[in-house]
Amino acid sequence: MMEQMAAASQPRAGTPLRRDPQRGVLGGVCAGMGAHFDIDPLVLRIAFGATALASGVGVVAYLLAWMLLPAGEARAASSAGTASRGGRATLEVALGVGLLSLSVLLAFRELGLPFSDVLTWPLVLVAAGGALIWRQSVGGASAAAVAAPAGAPPAEKAHARRSRPVVISRIGIGVTLVVAAAIVFLQSTGALAAATDVALAALVVAIALVVIFAPWFVRLLTSLSIERSERIRSQERAEVAAHLHDSVLQTLALVQKRADDPREVAALARRQERELRAWLSGRQPSEASERRLATALQAAAEEVEQAHGVAVDVVAVGDAPLDRDGEALVAAAREAILNAAKFAGADGTPVAVYAEADGDRLQVFVRDRGPGFDPAAVPADRRGVRESIIGRMERHGGRAAIHASPGGGTEVELVMERGAP
Amino acid sequence: MTPRVVLVDDHALFRAGVRAELDGLVDVVGDAATVDGAVALIREQAPDVVLLDVHMPDGGGLEVIRRLVGDPPGVRFLALSVSDAAEDVIAVVRAGARGYVTKTISGPELADAVRRVHDGDAVFSPRLAGFVLDAFAGAVPPPAPGHDAELDQLTPREREVLQHIARGYMYKEIAQRLGISAKTVEAHVSAVLRKLQLSSRHELSRWAAQRRMLD
Repeated sequence: MMEQMAAASQPRAGTPLRRDPQRGVLGGVCAGMGAHFDIDPLVLRIAFGATALASGVGVVAYLLAWMLLPAGEARAASSAGTASRGGRATLEVALGVGLLSLSVLLAFRELGLPFSDVLTWPLVLVAAGGALIWRQSVGGASAAAVAAPAGAPPAEKAHARRSRPVVISRIGIGVTLVVAAAIVFLQSTGALAAATDVALAALVVAIALVVIFAPWFVRLLTSLSIERSERIRSQERAEVAAHLHDSVLQTLALVQKRADDPREVAALARRQERELRAWLSGRQPSEASERRLATALQAAAEEVEQAHGVAVDVVAVGDAPLDRDGEALVAAAREAILNAAKFAGADGTPVAVYAEADGDRLQVFVRDRGPGFDPAAVPADRRGVRESIIGRMERHGGRAAIHASPGGGTEVELVMERGAP
Repeated sequence: MTPRVVLVDDHALFRAGVRAELDGLVDVVGDAATVDGAVALIREQAPDVVLLDVHMPDGGGLEVIRRLVGDPPGVRFLALSVSDAAEDVIAVVRAGARGYVTKTISGPELADAVRRVHDGDAVFSPRLAGFVLDAFAGAVPPPAPGHDAELDQLTPREREVLQHIARGYMYKEIAQRLGISAKTVEAHVSAVLRKLQLSSRHELSRWAAQRRMLD
């Protein structure tokens, strides 16, 4: 029917046949059709009302139109007012549906169908309450989405939030209406008295059961949670055992085998110590999200330590992410640590690496207690120091200095000003 | 006069090792393996220096220091730990230890540290120096009422001394490099220790917790 009507008249551009719940009184059928066919909705309303009073046909037609016509899109411009407007409309709709069903039932009664009051009033209540609930839970989601579009100003979002309790209270009213209808119906048919007896009996049995089984149930819950924590604990223990087996026990076996080589043993012990510390502090060795000064230096130190069997202690104050210049600094520091381990690491004292990162400067000091050397006496062909340390630092806008004194060890100082060209 | 030393550690093997290493360098008058045993032994012996393991059951070195505050008087504590964890080290120093060394320290170095603590000086390992520099970095907090704001920041000279310790320099080398006397270096380190113990910088505790996460 509606398709025919829609096809027969030429729809005006921009106003497809839609319900218009925003401007409507009940479901927006008249408002929507009025806008589509360019008729004053009041005329349509009077027509529907008249036919409804006459024989109830208008009511049926209206309800059909309401079901068949999709709701028009809400206008974004009026979104701020939508929530309250929609909310008031919802109540009106519920009232309207209740009155409509009342009139339908009364009309049927006039026609001679045997409707008693027992059925009429509960049905009216159910219709009104059901309408409330349906409107709220089916239309509510889209209404909320309209009220608070993504990126809306905070005020509108707050408005949408405020309307949440309102929504819940409306659903509450609807549920209350429906339940009241059921009770009224049961009461008037006398079914409620029997139901009360049954409910009372069930309640008494339930209380008895709770009293009997509560201790057992509580014990069951406790034992379940104990069992669960036991299981977690034993899993943890297994994990720790597995890790110790793979790492510490292997190293201890190696230490026993190489007992005649103290340097090797010391290196093994240190490597294991580092690995265990990292594991204890929850640091994963493969965790390489971002290269940072302290971790990069630590890695370089470990590398040299493993390769040369010389202890390297790294102390870092502050930390900074590494850019290209920072990477060059780490590479130069690695070279300096390598030098210190190669030429000065024989007597077993550790190489000390100190790094400091503050706002605009990265500094690294690498110090050993080896025999030391006179920097002026370094021949020009010693590329290690000249190229890999001094040259590299200068190319990246930093500087390197070597403080050395015979007998007092050697210290390489690397400085990188950040933000330097 | 050689200092009288009590050694507190729950590892028998480690106690035996330290005793052997310190033999002839200092006078080890006793050792204890538990917090209760340590408290009783220290009250009985009233040693000059207590070498204190940070990690022990029942609260560790921290608990020993807490229970012995001012009784017997004149006992000085030197923390000895395998732990690199900043919060452990900072906590035990703030509780009153005069310094902190790692357990990998050599016998003669440890004896030297004991003597220095006995003389009332502070003993900072490179790592502790790094921790302190880290803890005192950043903006100075607004001073609490009635609190000495000087305690919340390091002087440039103190920073310099700490940086040299972190770089692996000995006190007398630092003195030489900075052109000051070894006594002055020791005074700076003691001043830093005092600030570390008395500073109201809430970063000190918060920082230690953060540090653990970053580590």
